Amino acid sequence: MSLVLTLASRNLFHDRLRFVATMVGIVFSVVLVMIQMGLFLGFGRMVTTMIDHASADLWILPKGAKCFEDPSLLDVKLRDRVATMEGVSWAVPLVIGFSDWRLERGEVTPVFIVSADLRDGSLQPFNVVDGNVQTLTQGANVAVDRSYFDRLGVSGVGSTAEIRGRKVRVVAVTDGIRSFATTPYVFVDLKNARNYTGTPRDRASSVLVRLKTDADREKALSAIRAQVGDAEVLTSEDFRSRSRSFWLFGTGAGAALFAGALLGVIVGTVIVAQTLYSSTKDHLNEFATLRAMGSSNAYIYTVIIYQALINAVIGFAIAAGIGSIVVQMTAKSALPIVITPWLMAALFALTVVMCVASGIGAIIRVVRIDPATVFMR
Amino acid sequence: MNDHVVEARSVEKKLGRGAGEVHALRGIDLALRRGELTLLMGPSGSGKTTLLLVLGCMLTPSSGSVTVCGTPTADADKEALARIRREHVGFVFQSYHLFPTLTATQNVQLALDIRGEHGRRAAQKARDALVMVGLEQKVDSLPGGLSGGEQQRVAIARALVANPSVVLADEPTGALDGKNGQSIMRILADTAHERERAVLVVTHDPRVVPYADRIVEIEDGLIVQERTDRPRMPTAVPFRA
Ligand SMILES: Nc1ncnc2c1ncn2[C@@H]1O[C@H](COP(=O)(O)OP(=O)(O)OP(=O)(O)O)[C@@H](O)[C@H]1O
Ligand SMILES: [Mg+2]
Repeated sequence: MSLVLTLASRNLFHDRLRFVATMVGIVFSVVLVMIQMGLFLGFGRMVTTMIDHASADLWILPKGAKCFEDPSLLDVKLRDRVATMEGVSWAVPLVIGFSDWRLERGEVTPVFIVSADLRDGSLQPFNVVDGNVQTLTQGANVAVDRSYFDRLGVSGVGSTAEIRGRKVRVVAVTDGIRSFATTPYVFVDLKNARNYTGTPRDRASSVLVRLKTDADREKALSAIRAQVGDAEVLTSEDFRSRSRSFWLFGTGAGAALFAGALLGVIVGTVIVAQTLYSSTKDHLNEFATLRAMGSSNAYIYTVIIYQALINAVIGFAIAAGIGSIVVQMTAKSALPIVITPWLMAALFALTVVMCVASGIGAIIRVVRIDPATVFMR
Repeated sequence: MNDHVVEARSVEKKLGRGAGEVHALRGIDLALRRGELTLLMGPSGSGKTTLLLVLGCMLTPSSGSVTVCGTPTADADKEALARIRREHVGFVFQSYHLFPTLTATQNVQLALDIRGEHGRRAAQKARDALVMVGLEQKVDSLPGGLSGGEQQRVAIARALVANPSVVLADEPTGALDGKNGQSIMRILADTAHERERAVLVVTHDPRVVPYADRIVEIEDGLIVQERTDRPRMPTAVPFRA
């Protein structure tokens, strides 16, 4: 181990209490930022779940539709016009909307109806763990997610309930299709979706379009745009980012998460700056001795920066450990915290920057040292 | 180049500001020569430490000039002064100023580390320096586990390990008993005589007088007397160029 590193680590570990305080500061701050950003990512993923799982290339949406859940409607005739166009493999109307679900024991809870398309498979229940989605087209059958069993008062395939006065039967069960708005998704077939949501026969929430594999995508896109008048045509990718930015930034949810993260960074920086500064003050005599011995300022900064880096590495390691526990604990919750390798790397960089920035106060103090003081003592 | 490792000419130094200003040095001419141990003596407050700091490039003179190994220090900024100290000067302080969390070897090695000498060779050099001051048994001890005399010997090893041309010691025996003080002075005298260094020792202690080649007396910021008449102590291994 290099001597600077030895000196830096001894300076740090010498005062255990202060080291613990430093670690608490860093860990608190990094875990806070990690959770906020993990929620941000988790939320960002969750709001696009349906778009992610639809097999559409393009979405035709009512003008200004902000997200998958947007309640505005468009003219379903668009679908017929587009379906026959060159390069289009299929076009399928989608109907979504809120409805009421009456449990067998009498309570009523809101649900979010999604029309499933089984013929072309534009959007259908995914992660099916029980039952058979093919039977959704028959009668008043529904597919629900098992994480909402309690809320919906069902226990699995074969359970019954009522939607808008019509008796429905659970024929398929999915796993992990959760809504961030906590309103359970219920998949039904298109005809039933219209009834349950009160959508007229000539309207739809959107039209999903699949292009032929050999189609010229740009050409098809502009041709379709020319056909749909007021309605908007977005690629899945565009729709995804539009929904994400609506939910994350349009609603202020993202801003709140970022504000929390920023707060974490500030608190962490202040705590680390404090402890590093007081550690440096305690070792001022030693730094002055180094200076008297003729060391350059750069050498002294190196000692302080190493102290900051040791803080960063150990603090981050602990925070990462806690973070992975939090991830596991929330994996099955309504809003799982998502931590990607990128987030980890960014957090580590942030920790290092935070710790090194904290060293600036200490460095400013050290520059002012007068080595002559060593002789006056 | 002449024998003068450090040369001060007409050095004046004012300390403090305004009403508290003190004219600590009032025109000093002094040269330190290689192979010679100079004692700087004088009453308290006479300016001994101030002079040592000016000679060692820790303070810049208010007027006059200081030259270290041929390099004038007049235009040097703080960083350049540190560089001159690094290249030419070794300091020994009355209160040792060792790093309490580092072992004896690491303390000495630090003097090499700041000069860009790292690794195993540096560690070996540091241990050799400790052997030279008679601390072969204590190379891995922390300062807290060493006596005052041993700590001062570590400090001397630290000052010497990088082979400075001049060694400046401010009351190095001030905190030590007679026996320890003697052995410290013996090492400093050997440094001057065997290793051909210029050594300046500030002291109040009449017991160290026998080790001096030259005694400079300072009073109220002025050199009042210089003596070289005292017979030299025999050194352990007399080696003179
Ligand atoms: N920073 C300072 N500001 C003002 N005056 C100072 C300062 N440092 C020292 N002095 C004064 O300068 C004079 C010389 O001080 P110096 O420390 O050089 O004396 P000294 O000979 O080393 O004394 P001692 O034997 O007590 O160590 C003294 O009068 C002292 O009070
Ligand atoms: Mg003094």
